Amino acid sequence: MSTKEPLLSVRGVQTYYGKIIALKGVDVDVHQGEIVTIIGANGAGKSTLMMTICGNPRARTGTITYNGIDITNMPTFEIMRMSIAQSPEGRRIFPRMSVLENLQMGAATIGYENFDADLQRMFELFPILRKRQSQRGGTLSGGEQQMLAIARALMSRPKLLMLDEPSLGLAPLIVKQIFEVVADLNKTQGLTVCLVEQNAYHALKLAHRGYVMVNGLITMSGTGKELLESEEVRAAYLEGGKH
Amino acid sequence: MEYFLQQLINGITLGSIYGLIAIGYTMVYGIVGMINFAHGDIFMVGSFLALIVFLSVLALGVSSIPLILVIVLIAAMVLASVYGWAIERIAYRPLRGSFRLAPLITAIGMSIVLQNFVQLVQGARVKPLPPQITGGFKLMEHDGFTVNLSYVQIIIVLTTVVLMIIFSLLIAKTPLGRAQRSCEQDAKMAALLGINVDRTISTTFVIGAALAAVAGVMYLLYYGVIDFYIGFVAGVKAFTAAVLGGIGSLPGAMLGGLLIGLIETFWSAYFSIEYKDVAAFSILAIVLIFLPSGLLGRPEVEKV
Repeated sequence: MSTKEPLLSVRGVQTYYGKIIALKGVDVDVHQGEIVTIIGANGAGKSTLMMTICGNPRARTGTITYNGIDITNMPTFEIMRMSIAQSPEGRRIFPRMSVLENLQMGAATIGYENFDADLQRMFELFPILRKRQSQRGGTLSGGEQQMLAIARALMSRPKLLMLDEPSLGLAPLIVKQIFEVVADLNKTQGLTVCLVEQNAYHALKLAHRGYVMVNGLITMSGTGKELLESEEVRAAYLEGGKH
Repeated sequence: MEYFLQQLINGITLGSIYGLIAIGYTMVYGIVGMINFAHGDIFMVGSFLALIVFLSVLALGVSSIPLILVIVLIAAMVLASVYGWAIERIAYRPLRGSFRLAPLITAIGMSIVLQNFVQLVQGARVKPLPPQITGGFKLMEHDGFTVNLSYVQIIIVLTTVVLMIIFSLLIAKTPLGRAQRSCEQDAKMAALLGINVDRTISTTFVIGAALAAVAGVMYLLYYGVIDFYIGFVAGVKAFTAAVLGGIGSLPGAMLGGLLIGLIETFWSAYFSIEYKDVAAFSILAIVLIFLPSGLLGRPEVEKV
């Protein structure tokens, strides 16, 4: 895996919000077929990294390469047309569109030739969405919205799926269901996943590799197992937390 | 009764014109959160373009009125769209992400630019178009008072209804309409789904301008005289209509336009013609006191 060029490669990326620095030179690699997780506390810059990869905000220095193409300065919509999909922080479901329309929006980049088949696939992954089809996105519960956000991202048939805190605010049972779906897609279809999580335990169990982010910097990296067993990670993110 | 019916017909005709303009205000507000004060002047430019095309086509010897109408409508829509697109490109897009009042100021600037431009190239005097479509139906006659429904009125209302149906379907059912609504609800997310937000906003301005141009053609046909200043008054009225119906709401703009047209017509018919604007704005004030988001505007609360 490591000998091949990574699918996504982030090198020395710095991102600012105005004058405030949010990423202080981040290096992250995601290889084809991997699940990579980035864990860290609130405000560490995890979501900023996800959004910087998608070009909003733009990296001020450093390079981001996807599939061998430099995407650092591409507009967001063009990056998202290169089979990258993101289920962003806060889910961002279109509140005044039906569930079906939200899913149609997900397929906007690839056209609608295979829409019906893809739609049925999503309904199999998340059966509750079938029931909610014609309901407006804003009326769904948090867990349903999260499933919809992931399904919407999958509708574009991405090679790289980026998930930003899919477990936030959800009941453990639903978190488990969502993580199982992700693991399954990775195994059966070779979907590459980049997962940002505060829920370190679950994320590290799921991921092949992980990065620990503190204050806009990557402080540790390793396989999911290594990080789970590491003293520092245990002390900072796991002890007293989720077991 | 006959008098009432006649005023109803007149009011619906006027309301159709306001409604077509109001859609442009409400769409632009929905997607970029600004009031495009130059929109009324796009309507005015549309009516001038219609006049120019009308006279040119007549001069070329085309005599079939339906054919002329179609040519004028299409030409005015296309040319006015170019104006709408250019205004967004020049005056609004560079200011996106700047403070909220900035595009409002350039909007007023563009409005003045358009008015003065037309005044300069077309002159300040009113321009007449000799009535091209005359006649109509006599619906009723009673005590020497006849209720007339002219062909022009039929054309105006029919065109408006057809356009509004097409337009509503476009917004509700097509990928373009979905992209438009997604940008309105969450532009950042729309970009994350591969939607070209800038282009979608341009399209919104183009559609708004095309509908305003249709209103301009209708105005020209109905009143027969235009000048460079008609955009201001019509623009303010249509804006009022959009607010009355609930700014950001498309059915609201259509309803608001109709209501403003009816209020104005009935007030002039039964009370005094001098105070017709006061009547329209008073109704707006009263409605906003009880329904701050307008008649069909959505309440601010949204479950997240």
